[in-house]
This record gives sequence, C-alpha cells and structure tokens, in this order.
Amino acid sequence: MTCLPAQTDKKLGLVIDLDTCVGCQACVTACKEWNTGGHMAPLTDIDPYGGHVDGVWFNRVHAYEHTTEMGGRTVNFPRSCLHCETPACVTVCPTGASYKRASDGIVLVDEDKCIGCKLCSWACPYGAREFDTQVGVMKKCTLCVDRIYNDNLAEEDRVPACVAACPTSARHFGDLGDPASAVSQLVTARGGVDLMPELGYRPTNKYLPPRAHTERAAKVPAPALEPVRAEGGFLGWIDRMLSN
Amino acid sequence: MHPAFSVVFFTTATGAGYGLLALLGVLGGLGFVEPDFWLGLVGMGLALGLIAAGLLSSAGHLGRPERAWRAFSQWRSSWLSREGVSSVATFIPAGLFGIGWVFLGRSGGWVAVAGLLAAVGAVATVCTTGMIYASLKPIAQWHSRFTLPGYLIFSAMTGGVLFNALLQGFGGGSRAVLAFALVLTLLGWGWKLATWRHNDELEIPTTANTATGLAGGTVRSLEWPHTEENYLLKEMGFRIARKHSAKLRRITQALAFALPALLLAGAFVLTWPAAAVLSVIAALLQLAGMLVERWLFFAEAKHTVTLYYGR
Repeated sequence: MTCLPAQTDKKLGLVIDLDTCVGCQACVTACKEWNTGGHMAPLTDIDPYGGHVDGVWFNRVHAYEHTTEMGGRTVNFPRSCLHCETPACVTVCPTGASYKRASDGIVLVDEDKCIGCKLCSWACPYGAREFDTQVGVMKKCTLCVDRIYNDNLAEEDRVPACVAACPTSARHFGDLGDPASAVSQLVTARGGVDLMPELGYRPTNKYLPPRAHTERAAKVPAPALEPVRAEGGFLGWIDRMLSN
Repeated sequence: MHPAFSVVFFTTATGAGYGLLALLGVLGGLGFVEPDFWLGLVGMGLALGLIAAGLLSSAGHLGRPERAWRAFSQWRSSWLSREGVSSVATFIPAGLFGIGWVFLGRSGGWVAVAGLLAAVGAVATVCTTGMIYASLKPIAQWHSRFTLPGYLIFSAMTGGVLFNALLQGFGGGSRAVLAFALVLTLLGWGWKLATWRHNDELEIPTTANTATGLAGGTVRSLEWPHTEENYLLKEMGFRIARKHSAKLRRITQALAFALPALLLAGAFVLTWPAAAVLSVIAALLQLAGMLVERWLFFAEAKHTVTLYYGR
C-alpha cells in the first residue's frame, strides 16, 4: 500500500556531518559497489567509458561554496534518500511499488511492481530517486536493507555501505526515533537540521552544519610563488631542454 | 521539467476529448442536440478517440507498460491511480450513451442518465489529471491554485470549440454554442495570462540554503557530483532560454486563444458553410496552440532538485 504507516517502530536513518566530510567520494563508490549486487541490483551504467557517461547512483556528493559575513568555505555535501516521515514519493505511486516500512521507516521500491511512470521522482524534492532506463524501473537508496539485518556479516559491518566506507566518520547510522540513541544525541549536540523543512516532508536523515569558524586557523594565506626568470648559461640550457 | 511529448499530447488530447464527451453527454442525453447517426458517430468517435489516443500515449511514457494494470490499485493515496480508475470507469457510461444516442437514436431516460454519468466521469478525470500536477510540492509553478482550474477551463474550452466545430460541420450550429465556445476561449486566455503573471512573480521559499541546510549567506555550486547530465538533470533540470519562452508564449496566445477567438467571432456574423469552415479551423488551431501551451507548462516548471546543481 502506498498509504503511509501512522507511525514506525524505528526511524532508521543517517546523520551526515558537513563539518568533517572531505568529499572523497568513498561513500559514493562503496554504495555503488554494494548496491549494484544488492537489493535493487543492478545499478545500471550506460556508456561508462565513453563521452556520455550516465547511470544510476543512490548517493551523490556535491561541493558548494558557502559565503557568509564570516568568510567563505567549501562544503562537501552528500545527497541521498532521506527516508522521510511523510514521503510524497510513496503516496503518489499508482501501483504500490513504493512503500515505507512500518517496522523501521525505510522507504523502498518493489521493482516487480514498478511501471516506471517516474512520478515518484517528480514528487521527491531532493532528487533521491533515479530511473534505470535499461530495466525501466525507478531505483533508490535502500539504507542497505540487505546489510543492516544481515546475519552473515560481522555485527560491526551491519551498517550501510556508505557509513562503513567513510574515512572521516562523517556518516552515522542509527535510530533517529529513539532520543537516547547515539545519532539522536549527536543531532541534539550539533544542532542537526532537516533539508527543505518548509516543504513538510519531515526527513529522517539529518545534516550537521559545519562548525563555526575558529580563530586557530591561519588568516593570511602564504604569499604566491614568484615567477622564475629565464636563466642564462648552463642552467638555462638545462631549463630549456627540460621544458621541451 | 522535461516536456516529454507523450505526456504533452496525453494531457492535451484527453482534455479536449473529455470536454467534448461531457458536452455531448449532457446536451445529447437531454435532447438539446437531436440524435443523428453521423454527427453522433463522428462526435463520439472524436471524443473517445482523443481520450484513447491520449491514454495510449501516456502508457508509452512508462518504463514497463506491460504492468500498467497495476496503476488501478492505489486510488486511496495516488492521484495518478485515481486518474487511471476514473478514465477507465468513464468509458462505461460513455459507451452506453454512445449506443443509445448514436446507434439507437434515443435521448432522455437511461440515455440521459448514461450521458450525465459520462459527463461526471469526464470532469472527475480532468480533475485527477490536474491534481497530479497541483499536488507536487517540489514544483512551485504547478503546486498553485491556478493548476486545477486551468486544467478544467482548458478542457471545457477545447471541448467546447470542438463541439461547436462538430455542430457547424453538420450544419446544426447555433449562436448559443458559438457564444459558449468564444466565451470559454476568452476565459482560457485570461486564465493563462493570470497564471503566467503569478508564476513570474513567484517567491519560492526553497533556496540553495534550505536545500543544503547551510544557513545564511550564499550557497554556490562549485562542483557537480558527475561530469555529464544524469537522469535528474535530463528529467527535471530542463531549461528553456528566456527569449524562447517569451516567443513561445506569444505563439500560444496567437494559436490557442487570439486566432480561434477571431475565427469564432467571424463565424458569428457569417452563415453556413463559411461559418463551419471558420469553426473547424478555429478548433484545429486551438489544439495546436494548446500543445505549445502544455509544452511550456512543463518546460517552464522548475523542480527543487535543480537547486542542488546551481540551476
């Protein structure tokens, strides 16, 4: 059913720290690697080595320049499904392929029921859903539903692939419905925010804003290197030879 | 939003088809238009043909059309599912009305009931189509109070102008029907102008700041996650040059509203067959103009996902 559950037992989701994310794309490749063989497999690539590369990804990392009166900074911004509490992508689905699980709040697509009408991707303000033109169905982040409950994995590995891969621990996984959970406490401590709260989708995933500017960082950039004057003589000859 | 031709054609064709069906159902069923085999056959054929062609075209837009039957199941939550149910359900009274009015040459009684039910179904289906777009919060130009009335007005307008062309073509036109088509065309024009004006002055609360959770200052896209356009940009990042937008709006106004209004006014003062020729040309021009209007409806709509790409 595409009607939403009145409430979910858990609210599993991610907390993403925009302060520590370095934009290394490790979560992106780990996600692709796991999920192209996982629940929503394959994550089709089209012309992967050609001039018009396209394909399905569940996780994309943008880079932004955030400029305030305090100065500017680069913010790396991972974007994936937020497993919203009121996901319009589910309610618009005409076939029942999209659903939100009452047990843990994960938003999933039943690929066998999807007719590929793409309306869910229009209804998602965050661009979380990507259409697979080869299979003809919509695909999206599963929160690695095939990892987090997987008894064949060691307990510490039962987290989404993107969380396991993050080298700076910028990604945290847990139950955001439980105020005592580590992720909920992190959100409280760091003032985690919802994306596009004005649209009322009530995303489960939270983003931790970058920490305030500190006085410890260098304020004056190093002087630019001076251009090297052309040398004469033997060193100049070597310079010219090496420059060729 | 990417203006897929299948969806542009679908909404335009079914809008006109349902408008025509509603008018034939009410006016034919109640006997205001006398049963006539050829007029009925062409009229109902045109209405149901436009609807069927539109529905087939929309099925062609699907990734897995062979599973389209599943779309009838989620009418409790989905406007698209409701549209599917409503469109198919409307065929039942429409078919009965067609049998009674066209083939049996009857009006009133059960034929009138079937005609009225077909009209109700037609209006309901157009409402569901409008609500599919009006309910999408990420697209501010659609999530507006102009969208649903727009779909209803344009359906009545194109259906009314077709209805007039049909009656005129069979020599049974009337000044009342001509006036009806003319007034609806002018109403449609006014509504479209008001909608464009509303959209041009839209202040959208969703910005790159709220999209990224980075409060204050400016947020500028430095680098995309990918070098080529992906599904999101192809489907929802469609951009139209401003000069083309202005030009296409003028073409829409000329074809869909101004020229049909002039031709209908001309038909008002002329007699058959000149009035019939003008009426038919007005209907054809208007349908072409509405295709441009619907193309712009998609092309000028901006989805919030574009904010992530600095567009």
